[in-house]
Amino acid sequence: MYHAIVFLPLLGAIVAGFGGRAIGAKASEYITSGFMVIAAILSWVAFLTVAMAHDDHSATVQVMRWIQVGSLDVNWAFRIDTLTAVMLVVVNTVSTLVHIYSIGYMHHDPHRPRFFAYLSLFTFAMLMLVTSDNLVQMFFGWEGVGLASYLLIGFWYKKPSANSAAMKAFIVNRVGDFGFALGIFGVFVLFGSVNFDTIFANAATYLPAEGAEASTDTVLTFLGYSLDKSHALTVVCLLLFMGAMGKSAQFLLHTWLPDAMEGPTPVSALIHAATMVTAGVFLVARMSPIFELSQTALTVVVIIGATTAFFAATVGLVQNDIKRVIAYSTCSQLGYMFVALGIGAYGAAVFHLFTHAFFKALLFLGAGSVIHAVSDEQDMRRMGGLRKLIPTTYWMMIIGTVALTGVGIPGTLIGTAGFFSKDAIIESAFVAQNSAAGYAFVMLVVAALFTSFYSWRLIFMTFHGKPRATADVMHHVHDSPPVMLVPLFILAVGAILAGVVFHGYFFGHHYDEFWKGALFTLPDNNIVDEFHNVPFLVKWSATIVMLLGLLGAWYMYIRSPQTPASLAAQHNGLYKFLLNKWYFDELYDFLFVRPAKRLGSFLWKRGDGWLIDGFGPNNIAARVSGLAQRAVKVQTGFLYHYAFAMLIGVAALVTWIMLGGIH
Amino acid sequence: MTVVELTQSLNIAAPELALAVGSMVLLMIGVFAPKDSANSTVTGLAVALLIGVLGWMVFFDEQGTAFGGAFVQDAFAYFFKILTLVGSIVALVMSVGFAREEKFDRFEFPILIILATLGMMLMISATSLLSLYMALELQSLALYVIAAINRDSARSTEAGLKYFVLGALSSGMMLYGISLVYGFTGHVGFTEIAAALTGQERSVGLLFGLAFLLTGLAFKISAVPFHMWTPDVYEGAPTPVTAFFAAAPKMAAMAMLVRVVTDAFGTVTGDWQQIIIFISIASMALGAVAAIGQNNIKRLMAYSSIGHMGYALVGLAAGTVAGVQGVLVYMAIYLAMTLGTFAFILAMRRKDEGNVESINDLAGYAQNNPLQATVLTILMFSLAGIPPLAGFWGKWYVFLAAVEAGLYPLAIIGVVASVVGAFYYLRIIKIMWFDEPESKFVSAAGELRLVMGLSGIFVVGFIVFGGPIAAYAENAAKALF
Repeated sequence: MYHAIVFLPLLGAIVAGFGGRAIGAKASEYITSGFMVIAAILSWVAFLTVAMAHDDHSATVQVMRWIQVGSLDVNWAFRIDTLTAVMLVVVNTVSTLVHIYSIGYMHHDPHRPRFFAYLSLFTFAMLMLVTSDNLVQMFFGWEGVGLASYLLIGFWYKKPSANSAAMKAFIVNRVGDFGFALGIFGVFVLFGSVNFDTIFANAATYLPAEGAEASTDTVLTFLGYSLDKSHALTVVCLLLFMGAMGKSAQFLLHTWLPDAMEGPTPVSALIHAATMVTAGVFLVARMSPIFELSQTALTVVVIIGATTAFFAATVGLVQNDIKRVIAYSTCSQLGYMFVALGIGAYGAAVFHLFTHAFFKALLFLGAGSVIHAVSDEQDMRRMGGLRKLIPTTYWMMIIGTVALTGVGIPGTLIGTAGFFSKDAIIESAFVAQNSAAGYAFVMLVVAALFTSFYSWRLIFMTFHGKPRATADVMHHVHDSPPVMLVPLFILAVGAILAGVVFHGYFFGHHYDEFWKGALFTLPDNNIVDEFHNVPFLVKWSATIVMLLGLLGAWYMYIRSPQTPASLAAQHNGLYKFLLNKWYFDELYDFLFVRPAKRLGSFLWKRGDGWLIDGFGPNNIAARVSGLAQRAVKVQTGFLYHYAFAMLIGVAALVTWIMLGGIH
Repeated sequence: MTVVELTQSLNIAAPELALAVGSMVLLMIGVFAPKDSANSTVTGLAVALLIGVLGWMVFFDEQGTAFGGAFVQDAFAYFFKILTLVGSIVALVMSVGFAREEKFDRFEFPILIILATLGMMLMISATSLLSLYMALELQSLALYVIAAINRDSARSTEAGLKYFVLGALSSGMMLYGISLVYGFTGHVGFTEIAAALTGQERSVGLLFGLAFLLTGLAFKISAVPFHMWTPDVYEGAPTPVTAFFAAAPKMAAMAMLVRVVTDAFGTVTGDWQQIIIFISIASMALGAVAAIGQNNIKRLMAYSSIGHMGYALVGLAAGTVAGVQGVLVYMAIYLAMTLGTFAFILAMRRKDEGNVESINDLAGYAQNNPLQATVLTILMFSLAGIPPLAGFWGKWYVFLAAVEAGLYPLAIIGVVASVVGAFYYLRIIKIMWFDEPESKFVSAAGELRLVMGLSGIFVVGFIVFGGPIAAYAENAAKALF
């Protein structure tokens, strides 16, 4: 079964990728989508047997031996436990729906077989990542999704902006992946293995024994520092987290995600909202047995996560591109997940990952439906008043928005998916012992306010008010075909119900029998029990700010639409700061891109062109042709010249042998 | 010399005797045969005679020293004699069609080739400076005449005359060297010279003699700076003659050079080594550079052969068994590539123009005759030394020997020169495949196609059967040490 889940997408990718020309676009679409449907159904079966059952069904499924060199022993195997099962469900469900949705969305594109092959290839790589039994296999999947993401962002390769966005995504991820690779090396040095079983089994030895002094023996040398056991573990965790930051677009390495919206919208839904960007969250959750041992690393995770949540939410407030708003929202929600990881509420993080996949994919696919309706326009300033024209899409977007903003009544079981998962994180942050938890709590509550504001702003700007599009565009507005709407319905069901159905399992009363040890927590970490016991105001805080955000958006975009412009004029500096995304792109351009370009052009023009070409190949070639002409000239044809040359030669030889004979 | 010794000597030198007697018989046949069929009859018989001798040498492996130590038949001699005979036979066979088309029907040509071959075989076996000189002169005199055999052509006679005058000059210098060596050691036999030099402070006179002796030998393999005759003679002589010049005499002269320096002067390796290194580097460099300016393909092949002699000398410069083995392998590969290339040059024939010799005449060969163009491309790649073809392995053996002997600069210069030299081989390929086609060549004669095919198979297949050849060459090289 697990083989089928993982390899069916690969099979689909191969068939569509290499045989797409032969079998045609229609067949490619149906084959890849059909395989995905099977894989998704099997994933749910796996989820029910592994996660929901009472017995422990976790297992390791060996596929083949991979690398055996010295003490490095890496097998290609599936690690099947609850965490894997959850990820299988998320990845395959969203991927299947995106496949089906794309049949409608990409209807006019001539390169559909290639598109579906990439989608399936991505799914395969992502499945490799989540099922991996060791860090090396995970790295393979990690790079595989990076490649697929690169290919899909640049799918419309004739658009220069798409190409540069694809390169940006790839290069920024390189920074994170470098850290990840170093982290893997570090793990291998510390534990002598990259297999999760061995690592987790030995992680406990890194804790000082009860009452004993911590060992100060050096176990790892990094950047010239000799590190003892606990510091070494911190360094390794931070390096792994660096990889997670790149893939999950966390603060400082986030710049690629908004640009990645250059890809087709289904790609944004699948890769840049639901699955790939959560790989970092998955990594930290998977490595929880070693992260849990390093308070320093966890604090860094909290700070980065909280900062990202706040930062991305502020930028989302003023963006005008419908997809970019959702992209920053994704970035911000990923920050929530990392905060949850950092404070030790791993279950809450994965729960939010799970629910977020549904409502964010729903929002993206809904946005795609809107874009499809208004003739590929993405600027919200040229939309408006679409509610009556595309009612189905409108209601789907509303469901996505209420799920994202977390509508619900605290203390009851009434609420959307986001209500359960996000509020759990905010409340956990309040009770957590982590030194940065207070900062995180404040940041997350503010971010929740902003989330609500920008989400409703998006709805109001797009669907309400007066139409701002040209009459021609408005004339063509139509609701999407069923093949695009059905996936929206399924996701909508998930966005509403995922929270209420599953919150007890992921982060509640059934925590232990659900996870069965797939997530590791220290004995003194009982956040899962404590987060219910928070003051009344804290419990309501998320709901209150959500309502405030809704009110603010309603006031500024429905009641008095001139307020935003005057506010922007009043606080021009702040507005510009937010509109330009805190000037991160400009800063990186100044710090890295331009010096790198200068260095590159120096090495190219001076180093390669002037020095190497000038004195190397070109110079030699010039000298050789000069010599050739001279050599030809010497060959005069006159006998006495030839005889003279011979005599000179013999004189030279005699001199040479005499000089040589002296020593 | 007793009667027993004489019969033994004659027995050992039987192949040479057969050639000597055979040439006289053929001369008679040529004189008395009807005039219009003399050439073809004699050519046929000459090829048969050479093949017979080659078969004799392959099947009756009679080794030993003869004529009081002036002549030796050993594994080394066998190796080079077989190469020389192959070169002569193929050159003679390739001349048949040319003789018919170009009215080049003199029965003296095959007889002169046999006499030259006899001289070469004696050179290869010579173990005394006197027998060496005699053999060399026998070969040279035959070659002078062959170069000028097309006596109605000004270019051919000019080539013959130049070759003769410069050859005489080099012979004189060589003879001077021989007399100095004799004067300072008191011997002419190689073993005696070597014995006389052992453990003795060698004198300036001997060094002088060695330098002059090497000058004469270097002239024969057309090494720089004694190469000046080569381009003019190659261009001026009729093409079958050029093919012969490029093949057989090079084998014999290289064999002679190797035997002299390792046998007679093996104890003063350091002295001749520096000269060999010098002429090796000069030959490689000139061969690589000067060929770039050529448009006549025969001239180009002249510089190519100069360069290839330089590469072969890299192996000799190492002065080890591996080095000499490298020389032997290199010469065998060079022979195959050169004969194949000349088969193509002889096939460059148009109906209205006759034989053409410009590189640009090859334009569009690939479209007109893709199969032959492919074989020629393979040969050019091999000459340039591109793996996995035979030319690469030849260079591999000699450079490896040089590196093992610690001659890193020599090996590096060799590699650089072969990179530069690759240019003009690749230019031919470019002209064949990418330039605007010229009119077609007439279809090549059967014997030329056979030679093209065989050399193509040799060059491509060397990677398969190169091992036995190398082992045989190693065995031959050991005979000198």
